[in-house]
Amino acid sequence: MRSHHKGKIKSSAGDHVFQILNYTFFILFTLICVYPFYYLFINTISDNSLVNAGKIMFYPKGIHFRNYIDVMKLENLGTAAFNSVARTVLGTALSSIVCSYLAYFFTKQNLWMRKLWYRFTVATMYFSAGLIPTYLNLRMLGFMNNFLVYIIPGMISVYNMVLIKTYIESLPAELEESAEIDGAGYIRRFVSIVLPLSVPIIATVSLFTAVSQWNSFMDCLLYITKPQLYTLQYILQMYFRQAQQLAQQLEMGGDSAFQATPKGIQMTITMVITIPIICVYPFVQRYFVKGIMVGAIKG
Amino acid sequence: MAVKRIDQKRRESYKLFLFILPCLIFIFIFSYLPLRGWIYAFTNYKPGYQWKDMDWVGFSNFTKLFGNAVMRQTMFQVIGNTLYYAILGVILSPVPMFFAIFLNEMSSSKCRKIVQTLTTLPHFISWVIMYSLVFFMLSPNGFVNTLLMNLGLISEPTDVLASGDHVMLTQRLYQLWKETGWNAIVYLAAIAGIDQEQYEAAMIDGANRFQKIWYITVPSLSSTYFVLLVMSFGNFLNTGFDQFYVFQNAFNKEQIQVLDLYVYNLGIGSGQTSMATAVGMAKSIIALVLFTLANLLSKKVRGTSVF
Repeated sequence: MRSHHKGKIKSSAGDHVFQILNYTFFILFTLICVYPFYYLFINTISDNSLVNAGKIMFYPKGIHFRNYIDVMKLENLGTAAFNSVARTVLGTALSSIVCSYLAYFFTKQNLWMRKLWYRFTVATMYFSAGLIPTYLNLRMLGFMNNFLVYIIPGMISVYNMVLIKTYIESLPAELEESAEIDGAGYIRRFVSIVLPLSVPIIATVSLFTAVSQWNSFMDCLLYITKPQLYTLQYILQMYFRQAQQLAQQLEMGGDSAFQATPKGIQMTITMVITIPIICVYPFVQRYFVKGIMVGAIKG
Repeated sequence: MAVKRIDQKRRESYKLFLFILPCLIFIFIFSYLPLRGWIYAFTNYKPGYQWKDMDWVGFSNFTKLFGNAVMRQTMFQVIGNTLYYAILGVILSPVPMFFAIFLNEMSSSKCRKIVQTLTTLPHFISWVIMYSLVFFMLSPNGFVNTLLMNLGLISEPTDVLASGDHVMLTQRLYQLWKETGWNAIVYLAAIAGIDQEQYEAAMIDGANRFQKIWYITVPSLSSTYFVLLVMSFGNFLNTGFDQFYVFQNAFNKEQIQVLDLYVYNLGIGSGQTSMATAVGMAKSIIALVLFTLANLLSKKVRGTSVF
């Protein structure tokens, strides 16, 4: 992303106009990208009666944090937050370990019928049985109303496995060979040599997995009917569908500036789901960029 | 001696196989086993169904989808919506490339970095959150309507979400908002890799900014663009589900149904398991064909396959 114009171009009047227009466009677009998040945030911390009247537009008024306390009192919300965190942590850890494990063994040229098994694995990226057969399959396997549905069926991501495999293949083979001479078995070599060396790619892949786990919504919609197993994404979606019920659940009356409203609750849950991503995102962005580049080169 | 070594090598290769066997079984269970559900497309599925009382109906589930006027109209609308959404995607596909090109023309590298970081953010949020943001920005008492009313530009709020007009277009625009910054990353990296001597030579020849963009940058990015375009042809029917599900309501029910959502509404919503399986199966097969064609096309164009 070097600029090839720096200091070399004659700054003509036309060029100034171009720069101004260009900056204006990008500043506007960036504002459009960021403002909705900001708008929701200032509304969640403002006086609820002003929020309901649509009076909070550009900056917060009557700042309070009652909404964030109130959402935690909502039935199922604490559990849903726990479920979302649990599926993200467990799902990401398990998926990363299993994908690396499989990737490691696929780098072994000596593996019996390696080509066939590799094709058998990679082919699954290109076809899908479809929603209904998948649903019936998982139902038959006992995944209905089972927390494991969040973690197990999607555990092996073939795409991630291929990325890790490519990375392992680029590592110098001598390191593993010396351990082999020392008599270390496959698992030992995988855990103590290959895994530590593959940390950069595993970190990248884990971040993608973590985001998709956190954002996942369809599995809860399809397989879960027990409220104790709902995730944050599903609860938020449900509160939009059933705004009436939500309003009844929040007992009316009390101080109207702090009284929780459906609108306030919906906005607050949106922020509760989004804030972790916004907080983590600036630090990990370079990994994401690296990840997309690895994918692009591979593709 | 030699025989013994070969024997040992073979044993080693079986041993390696045993290590991955659990993973292969796992892949079989979760990716291959569901395929047997395609049989339901040729039967009359009822809940609690046993394999022995299978009720074969041949292709009648497929013909039923076009059987009566209502079903036929829905089916055509669904296919139309899906294709419209996909074609809009193709028309808008150069946007991330030009986004990257013009972003790169910004003189301040700090500004470029900030813009890139902030415009990538929406990629990482779910469609449920997207719905929430869109709802509070565009609903009748949301930000945009309130702002326009306060400024006196409009007298009546417009409810974009509760409307059946231009549904696919607005959905495409939400998608564009969410993904443009992210999709530009590949192009930004490609621009960074362009040989700087070309620009210097062009400058000596007196080329202006736009000539340099048009004659050097755009051609250098075209191969990346075409690869991504071909890949999107392979995914033509895979519009996704979450986006359309969360934006679906009583006002846009017909206009928003794409194939993925239709399968859900038909199969899980209305309990028409066999017909929904038939739709899904037809979609999977057509998608596979499109995908193979896209791959062949890319082989012709680039000399290598995309996948």
